[in-house]
Amino acid sequence: MILPYYIAIPLLSAFLISLIAGKKDEWAVLLSTTAGASMLILSIYSLIAQNGETFVYKMGFWSLPIGIVLVQDGLTCLMLVLVSLISFTSLIYSVQYIRHMDRNWKYYALFMLLITGMNGVIITGDLFNLFVFMEIALFSAFALVAYGGHAEEYEAAFKYAVMGALSSALVLIGIAILYSATSTLTLAKIAEKVPTLDPGLIFWTGGLFLAGLGLKAAIMPFHAWLPDAHSSAPAPISSMLSGVLIKVLGIYTIIRLYFNVFNAPDFYMQVFLVLGAVSIILGGLLSIVQWDMKRLLAYSSISQVGYILVGLGIGTRLGILGAVFHLFSHAIFKSLLFYNAGAVEMALGTRDMRKMGSLARVLPITSATSLVGTLAISGIPPFNGFISKLIIIIALIKAGAPVYAILAVIGSILTLGAMMKMQRYGFRGETEIKKISEKIGWRMNTAMILLAVLCLLTGLMLLPGIRESIVDPVVKVLVDHSQYMQLVLGR
Amino acid sequence: MTLYLMCFALFLVGVYGLLTKRDLIKIILSLAIMGYAVNLFLILFAYKKDAIFPILLKNVAQSSMVDPLPQALVLTSIVIELGTTALLVALAIRLVQKYKTFDITKIRRLFG
Repeated sequence: MILPYYIAIPLLSAFLISLIAGKKDEWAVLLSTTAGASMLILSIYSLIAQNGETFVYKMGFWSLPIGIVLVQDGLTCLMLVLVSLISFTSLIYSVQYIRHMDRNWKYYALFMLLITGMNGVIITGDLFNLFVFMEIALFSAFALVAYGGHAEEYEAAFKYAVMGALSSALVLIGIAILYSATSTLTLAKIAEKVPTLDPGLIFWTGGLFLAGLGLKAAIMPFHAWLPDAHSSAPAPISSMLSGVLIKVLGIYTIIRLYFNVFNAPDFYMQVFLVLGAVSIILGGLLSIVQWDMKRLLAYSSISQVGYILVGLGIGTRLGILGAVFHLFSHAIFKSLLFYNAGAVEMALGTRDMRKMGSLARVLPITSATSLVGTLAISGIPPFNGFISKLIIIIALIKAGAPVYAILAVIGSILTLGAMMKMQRYGFRGETEIKKISEKIGWRMNTAMILLAVLCLLTGLMLLPGIRESIVDPVVKVLVDHSQYMQLVLGR
Repeated sequence: MTLYLMCFALFLVGVYGLLTKRDLIKIILSLAIMGYAVNLFLILFAYKKDAIFPILLKNVAQSSMVDPLPQALVLTSIVIELGTTALLVALAIRLVQKYKTFDITKIRRLFG
């Protein structure tokens, strides 16, 4: 059983890095990339070998009412691949980027703790365990946002930490109420007892969880911390935060709780639709007016998370397929765009797009891959963003919600506008830039090219043959709400 | 019921402080108060009247016991809050060094 290794490998390497690293970062780089690569291989192996089955690992061989279980199903496998993929490319990218700031092993130790927390949230089957892993991931995220050591970074990290503490308090109250009503903390056991509970209780705990997890996912009324935190962090961390952290801590947990435990209550499906639509439009509008490249990307993350939420809110098979696929593809192209922004920032020393110009000559790979990312995020065929947005819009029309479909299309146009602004001023401006302060090395280029290729290739996930083994199990987990509970409890 | 209401009032004190105070340290203290309220809330769920500690002893007659699980959860949650508070204080020290002020309204180079 390989499930506990997803927590053990990064936790152990975080510990070993702090133990043996010394003053330099060579050992830290070696250890963390090895850990990242091994997790990537493990997760891809389990994604291919899963065959739509659910595995339950009992920690310490304590059986269910007493022990804590780790659960692996289709959704878990996909999320694990996503986290491992983005963290591996981020680690490759970090080597040069972080050396350009300072040579420090602490960054890699914190990075490994971040992965520990996210992997733990994904595979755990216990509500309080999920909360603890969430805190591990958030702590390392706060520290990594402040890593640059400038005044703005501390300000963003403080804001983020206050918001994080508030959201954790709300989630903990929700957990306490659920525990008092069901006297269990295992997600599957709670799901078993939910039909016998008072609907009012589900309503109020659902609200608490929505506020707590919405703060973590930066859904529109709870978004204020995201642009600061994501634009102040070092570029590989921005891509981790925007690419996977908000999805794992926010969206994935929302999916597990509302679909598999609360049985997808209709009221909250409507709330997801409304909040998602608001996020799409306002996130798009706010991103278009930004001049800071990373801030523009951060606001567009809010808008893209809105698409995922709308897809979930439809609740039909097609809508969930679109949501899951958009979650996957957004992580890839948004990380790519943050890598591009980081490379430009390193080469020119600024993030202000008014001070940039034509970069195609001096940074050929960065500007070429940024074009791929731009096309993918704005939904131009044949990239993955086009397919996922198209599925969500078709699902909205089929479900009889044309207003939301129109809003989704408008959001897509707003995204296109914001991204075209970035291309026009940031990469293809009038002033020819001849001198750059720092060359972009092969590691950063590899990370960017890898994700740019994946922008094209992940579109193939929906081809028949691959789709049955990878995407369909995920959709099945979310459409048959009670199946998760039955499989975990072994009925 | 009174206990629950008072616990909720404690939580509201924390929320009030978080929303209205402008001093960095007071914001951190408000978060701590909020955390205490949540922990107290968890403990109240486990509480039963006239119940004893949840350990089976040979010479003590069987009677009702309080629920031990929330107590274990609260220990974990206290440790997590300690970490949060330490991190926030560390960040606050750096903020004061950089901006030379404790006032949160003057610490705004970022516009969100």
